[in-house]
Amino acid sequence: MTTAHTFAAKQLTSGYDERIILDNISLSIPSNQMSIIIGANGCGKSTLLKTMARLIKPSGGEVVLDGKSIHTIPSKQLARTVGLLPQSPVVPEGITVADLVGRGRYPHQSLLKGWTKKDYEAVAEALDLMNISAFADRHIDELSGGQRQRVWIAMALAQQTDILFLDEPTTYLDITYQIEILDLLTDLNKKHGTTIIMVLHDINLSARYADYLFALKDGQLVAEGTPATILTSALIDDVFQLKCQVIDDPVSQTPLIIPIGRHHTNK
Amino acid sequence: MTRLRATMPSHVPKHLWKVTVLFVILLIVSVMASLAFGARTIGWDGLMDGLFSPDVQSHEAIVVRQRIVRTIFSFMCGAALGVSGALMQSVTRNPIADPSILGVNTGAALFVVCGIAFFNISTANEYIWLAIAGAMITAIFVFTIGSLGASGATPLKLVLAGAATSAILSSLVTAIMIPRTNVMDEFRFWQVGSVGAGNWDLIQLFIPFLLVGIAIALLTAPALNALALGDDVATGLGVNTGMIRLFAAFAGVLLCGVATALAGPIGFIGLLATHVVRLVIGPDIRYILPLSAFVGGIILTCSDVAGRLLGSPGELEVGILTAFIGAPILILITMKAKIRAL
Repeated sequence: MTTAHTFAAKQLTSGYDERIILDNISLSIPSNQMSIIIGANGCGKSTLLKTMARLIKPSGGEVVLDGKSIHTIPSKQLARTVGLLPQSPVVPEGITVADLVGRGRYPHQSLLKGWTKKDYEAVAEALDLMNISAFADRHIDELSGGQRQRVWIAMALAQQTDILFLDEPTTYLDITYQIEILDLLTDLNKKHGTTIIMVLHDINLSARYADYLFALKDGQLVAEGTPATILTSALIDDVFQLKCQVIDDPVSQTPLIIPIGRHHTNK
Repeated sequence: MTRLRATMPSHVPKHLWKVTVLFVILLIVSVMASLAFGARTIGWDGLMDGLFSPDVQSHEAIVVRQRIVRTIFSFMCGAALGVSGALMQSVTRNPIADPSILGVNTGAALFVVCGIAFFNISTANEYIWLAIAGAMITAIFVFTIGSLGASGATPLKLVLAGAATSAILSSLVTAIMIPRTNVMDEFRFWQVGSVGAGNWDLIQLFIPFLLVGIAIALLTAPALNALALGDDVATGLGVNTGMIRLFAAFAGVLLCGVATALAGPIGFIGLLATHVVRLVIGPDIRYILPLSAFVGGIILTCSDVAGRLLGSPGELEVGILTAFIGAPILILITMKAKIRAL
């Protein structure tokens, strides 16, 4: 079971080059829960995730882990607490599943020790959690998109961090695989207490799977809270400029967004 | 534990031991061939006399002893170029990166030409520092140009910067050389890589650079493995990507610069050795680096032997040979292995 952490953004300003995308955002990630960042394209949700996961250096403010700015923590040490699965990782030619997942052990290894029993166990467990032990020796190129994504998540799991960032982990996947990935991440969160923060495009899946939502618009945090408390048609209109009805998801009893377009409406 | 190991065999590449044994055998064969063949072919007895009976002073034994130096020198050059190629491919995450693509060879050449043209420099001791300085400055220049902008030194930007720089530098080399016939004569000799000039002094000069370069390479290997998954993943795994690139590139440039200074520009070894190794052992850089040294040495030594046999009674410089052997094999590898971005 993982330990609890405080992880927060303080007056964070960030962007690419001179362009400011995130403007003075402060938020605190709930420990041991699954948080999802939602918002329209270009609202800064991916930038927020990347800045908190130290891929982008903020131009103002700081990201604070257990009271310390993450930029003052040695990178390997930080990588034992905070893990990250970016949107488009590179698959080296000819790499096997086990080799790729094993590379997630990097922050736990030193030059002198080499592979320890702990490393083998962590990799075996990660493969097991993602149900991919059977393909440990297969080449990544032979796998389907959904299987590949499970391999990448297993790589991040082998890192054994208490906090895990995922940037749109279900993009380009069929609905079946999207549900499978989200279920596996929920298992991880329930079994290990891993704090998960991710960006998702699908509001309804976000509403179903998130313990906590952050809604972003134009680089500002406009709402945060549990899906049931914050997801209203007013919020969706504000964040996405979309008229909708919110009903109860008959399966999960979470809010379900029914968009209202210009056509196919009864009224 | 054994069960866990059984499920995790890929942390040691499948055929590692078989491959290592094969390479050792090839090494022995290439060394023997290098000692035996040349303008004069030496038989088994002469070979054994030259190697193991220091008091036998037959002509054959003396020829063998002379060839020992050349063989060691060519193996060292090949090893340096092999590791350098592997490092540069890792750093740029580009499967066809090698010293010449990053402009590093040309930078070394420009400095040597300047040395010959303006400072009357003509010995290896002086070449080596000029070539290293040239290689380093070029690498830093290319790296700086390639990392302009927010996304940092991406593989594509590095290769583009290298190609552009290389074009400028080689036109400078030509501009300096053409009006000066004496420079042309001296440089032309150096410009075609050859290991025939190898001697104990050069080897002694070479050793510290080779050891430092390979040591840095091996130290950066685990981080380079993480870097192979993309900069974002590597950063998430706690790799300081800028620092690792700098160290690995430094080692790659050092190895290539020294080999270039001592033997002249020898192409394709870095590219060839690394691809052969990658094909048989897979993508783990911890194994690719040392095996590329092996294979680079073997390929260069064999090419040198072939050059001596083909050019007999004189010899064909190994630089010409490696280009002839390397280019078609590289095309073959490229077609077969459907090489894409690393």
